[in-house]
Amino acid sequence: MYTEKVMDHFMNPRNVGEIENADGVGEVGNVKCGDIMRIYIKVNGDIIEDVKFKTFGCGSAIAASSVATELIMGKTVEEALKLTNKQVVDELGGLPPVKIHCSVLAEQALKAAIYDYATKNDLHYEALKDFDPNEDHDHHDVVDIEF
Amino acid sequence: MKKIYMDYSATTPVKQEVLDAMMPYFTENFGNASSIHAFGQDAKRALESARSTIAKTMGTTPETVYFTAGGSESDNWALKGVMRANKAKGNHLITTTFEHHGILHTCKALEKEGFEVTYLEVDAQGRISLEALEAAITEKTVMISIMFINNEIGTMQDIKSIGEIARKHKVIFHTDAVQAYGNVHIDVEALKIDLMSISSHKIYGPKGVGALYIRKGIKIQNLIEGGAQERNRRAGTENIAGIMGFAKAAELADANLEEHIERLSALRDRLAKGIIESVDYSRYNGHPTERHPGNVSVCFEFIEGEALLLSLNAKGIAGSSGSACTSGSLDPSHVLLAIGLPHEIAHGSLRLSIGDFTTEEDVDYAIEAIKEVVHKLRMMSPLYDRVLGGK
Repeated sequence: MYTEKVMDHFMNPRNVGEIENADGVGEVGNVKCGDIMRIYIKVNGDIIEDVKFKTFGCGSAIAASSVATELIMGKTVEEALKLTNKQVVDELGGLPPVKIHCSVLAEQALKAAIYDYATKNDLHYEALKDFDPNEDHDHHDVVDIEF
Repeated sequence: MKKIYMDYSATTPVKQEVLDAMMPYFTENFGNASSIHAFGQDAKRALESARSTIAKTMGTTPETVYFTAGGSESDNWALKGVMRANKAKGNHLITTTFEHHGILHTCKALEKEGFEVTYLEVDAQGRISLEALEAAITEKTVMISIMFINNEIGTMQDIKSIGEIARKHKVIFHTDAVQAYGNVHIDVEALKIDLMSISSHKIYGPKGVGALYIRKGIKIQNLIEGGAQERNRRAGTENIAGIMGFAKAAELADANLEEHIERLSALRDRLAKGIIESVDYSRYNGHPTERHPGNVSVCFEFIEGEALLLSLNAKGIAGSSGSACTSGSLDPSHVLLAIGLPHEIAHGSLRLSIGDFTTEEDVDYAIEAIKEVVHKLRMMSPLYDRVLGGK
């Protein structure tokens, strides 16, 4: 059901943990749906010097978090804001259709962390213009059978 | 790497004796039981001996046992067949919220046909209230269908009392005994069961075979129309090899039932105790004593079931979960929600079901593996550090 890459990132997740005195922290998802992602970033100049995550969720949620942190490590904030859920999916070698929302969550968690950093430092990024960190991003694209 | 199968409630391996009993019916004794020549008559004799064997294991006579293609067909036939055949009496059926989908989805289909269904709630341990059952019976009630043992949390109902209530009110009583048959004592006469669904592959027999017990005198319509097989009630050339395997599996289960229950219950309790005592924030689901001898259902807070299954699989342990991610829908299993678990706890569910090939060593290995895996996932969980922070 999962690619080797997904299993690798799930079994050996990169950048798990917390950053003390992080410059930005973002958390998305909700416990009712079964996924919560929290991303911490440390920014130096405009470079994301360190990034860590904690995730409550299924295998693909953990793998998507792990890959997302890897993709933005060492990038500028502007570059990190360009990360899309599609890149996360591609990097994982694909996700089953019902798990695409995990990649969306990873993108949103990262944006939420940068939003937090931007708010604290009074910075404005074009890519965050319409971003609402409190929006429910956990859009499952699964249709439950009629019951 | 170790490979430990703890998903016997999903399916079981076919025992060697069972396979041996089946083999001749694929090659030499391949006849169609409806044919009048020797090949056919040999098959017919085998079929009828299998029917007698199965009848004996449940305390009934052979003419009440009808072979089907499995538990789902038996459930569909029992409900659709009885409700459609008894429209003159009424249109009401009583079941529970936490039946197997073989029952629940059939009930939904019957509602579309115009029948009315009452879904009884279950308590935190997964048992129905007998008072609520009796109160739900109306003049229009044709049938009660309540599962013997729940497939996810292992809770066993008070079937004898349900049977008595049904008989007292002249309502037909069906039970889905797919998980119970071969794992607990069942006497359909003593328990006043009118119809009962059973399946072969849960008791070390082949897949694709099951049976429906129909007490004499019960009005029921056919589900599968066609030839005159199964005394005109269930068409289709009989799966003789499968049925012979089923009968052998049933015979073995019946002969070893006491020992099976005793051995499995001890292993089950060791597994449940080991998990609950070594993992904080865990809970044992279902009834503490009135349960399937091989079912251990637990929930771990702060982690998600699919991640747990994948991690256990990497350690060679095969289990199952009722989390939303494994069910392919938004919600965790209807069974876990029915016993009142909040979504966030139901997401972290694990069902381990053990069986005849499970050893004490397997159980101890599983306890250790679960401890490690739960810890690893919790260290990744943003929910867990809130708890640690609060301590």
